[in-house]
Amino acid sequence: MATLYDKLWRRHVVHCDADGNALIYIDRHLVHEVTSPQAFEGLHLAGRRPWRAESVLAVPDHNVPTTVDNADIDDPVSRLQVATLAQNCNHFGITEFGMGDPRQGIVHVIGPEQGVTLPGMTIVCGDSHTSTHGAFGALAFGIGTSEVEHVLATQCLRSAKSKNMRVLLRGELRPLVGAKDVALALIGEIGTAGGTGYALEFAGEAVAAMSMEARMTLCNMAIEAGARAGMVAVDQTTIDYLRGRPFAPAGAMWEQAVAHWRDLHSDADAVFDREVELDVSSIAPQVTWGTSPEMVTDIDGAVPDPAQSADAARRESWQLALDYMGLQPGTPIRDIALDLVFIGSCTNSRIEDLRAAAEVVKGKKVAASIKQALVVPGSGLVKRQAEDEGLHQIFIDAGFEWRNPGCSMCLAMNADRLQPGERCASTSNRNFEGRQGQGGRTHLVSPMVAAAAAIAGRFDDALDRKNDDARAA
Amino acid sequence: MDAFITLRGLVLPLDRANVDTDAIIPKQYLKSIKRSGFGPTLFDEWRYLDHGEPGMDHSARPLNPDFVLNQSRYQGAQILLARANFGCGSSREHAPWALLDYGIRCIIAPSFADIFYNNCFKNGMLPVALSDEIVDDLFAQVEAQEGYELEVDLPAQRIVQPDGTTVEFDIEPGRKHSLVNGLDDIALTLEKTELIREYEARRKVDAPWLFAESR
Repeated sequence: MATLYDKLWRRHVVHCDADGNALIYIDRHLVHEVTSPQAFEGLHLAGRRPWRAESVLAVPDHNVPTTVDNADIDDPVSRLQVATLAQNCNHFGITEFGMGDPRQGIVHVIGPEQGVTLPGMTIVCGDSHTSTHGAFGALAFGIGTSEVEHVLATQCLRSAKSKNMRVLLRGELRPLVGAKDVALALIGEIGTAGGTGYALEFAGEAVAAMSMEARMTLCNMAIEAGARAGMVAVDQTTIDYLRGRPFAPAGAMWEQAVAHWRDLHSDADAVFDREVELDVSSIAPQVTWGTSPEMVTDIDGAVPDPAQSADAARRESWQLALDYMGLQPGTPIRDIALDLVFIGSCTNSRIEDLRAAAEVVKGKKVAASIKQALVVPGSGLVKRQAEDEGLHQIFIDAGFEWRNPGCSMCLAMNADRLQPGERCASTSNRNFEGRQGQGGRTHLVSPMVAAAAAIAGRFDDALDRKNDDARAA
Repeated sequence: MDAFITLRGLVLPLDRANVDTDAIIPKQYLKSIKRSGFGPTLFDEWRYLDHGEPGMDHSARPLNPDFVLNQSRYQGAQILLARANFGCGSSREHAPWALLDYGIRCIIAPSFADIFYNNCFKNGMLPVALSDEIVDDLFAQVEAQEGYELEVDLPAQRIVQPDGTTVEFDIEPGRKHSLVNGLDDIALTLEKTELIREYEARRKVDAPWLFAESR
């Protein structure tokens, strides 16, 4: 009667004291340039070496430029941080996909793409969106820099077990509704602290029907619901995705691993501390209107009126959000005009996301009122595949900029950022104040809604036409 | 790591729910490869009227007089009083580093985001979760009384108000032990080297692909 999380936890406990403080073993450690320099410095200062350097994969992603014609980093502070990662990896014998490596990309895209992410693993990274890797039936979560150093030095983490939550996703998704919409609708329902203290398992027939890319989007957003870890049981979709990946086991070892992975699901009689059920067939495309991912509504909806909330704290936070976003209560979401569109980030920059966006864009033009529309593939290999499929040409012909991989405008650590007051339809994961640039205004959406918004200049005519086509078909 | 035993300090009230780590320390400062120096840019976008970048002289920047951190009565605060879900969002440990560098060693709120909560303990900082009612009451007192100080007693797990009223709080015994004794987690874990090696030996039999050299 164990949950998937219980199984993953138990298999990694090295030691547990009477108070429940456990030492858990970490199988895979992913590292990027922003949250690692102080951890490596700690190792240097203490004269320590990584416990198992071959368990670590490093990649620069947050600071890297995405402009195709300018591969160098102009900002000297960013350049030093990226160079520091390369030096540390070199010094400690850690594999790094550096800038210029065709495999370089967003850490949460390349892990699965390379088969570095495998079912049954514990996976950590100094990045909250590490929850993404839970899509493979792994226990994956973000850690701080002190813990990055701890894992480097000991291959373990000191941790206490979380509670179990299951999100049951029933029904079938409507056309033009994807995993991003499901995640946002869930966060709208349970709030950004709804999953705090829980490991969250996504289950149900809607999840079983999802591709690995969609499951990754879902698990990626678990942290926005407050849960450090999101996960999905292993099934044939998982195994098919991993077969033949460069770092996945091969031959007899592959067969042995697959047999082992088949058990990575919650038992039928498993007990969860909390259960949430959503009928996904009732979910419409979602658009956030505020400065927290829980401030979200249907594309057919309107900006809410803080005065109508019964809760005083909520009234206040909604009003602060509307002031920051420059929105009036009652404004239909469809009337919100946009300045920029960003398709990318560890949430939505995989091949399937780009295909979905290209499908909407095909044969159309970005609205004249849109100052910039970016497509930033999640990795060099995603970029190459998209180009093989001709997707890049669809975007370029429509007026999008086709960029090199990186985190880009999700958090604006590189040169891709919003100016004060600019409004962006973004496929990223956080609409916090200043997230995409100081004073910038973010509306979180799916790749399809972002693409349609680029064409219409607002939320969103093109999607309607597409809906009509879908109904007629 | 510095031990945390007791602390008596001025309280800074930040009356806003869901304060995320992007607000605590904006991304441009995350380019630093150091652990220190983040204090002057704590809450940067709320604290200053201009746009900040690394390398600026932050003492010369225009302050936002409406932001609570800039009010003279709260200068020198060591305890931050906050609202629910404090520290949500990014895992950046730069957030507790910035608070600590500014002088904050204890944060009191109804709830914290998991990663932020965990990161505090790694830096000798104490996050205290209290009920909404108690936090409401503390906000009212802090705002009503200039120079309002609290005494935080970690061994006794209680907070003492100026009028002598005490409030008890919960903390996991392991975290308390590490904090009170200022223990280095890595050194503690390395005491279990034998256990880790034994675990690895078992795992290599059960799941050898986890230890295979990459191709």
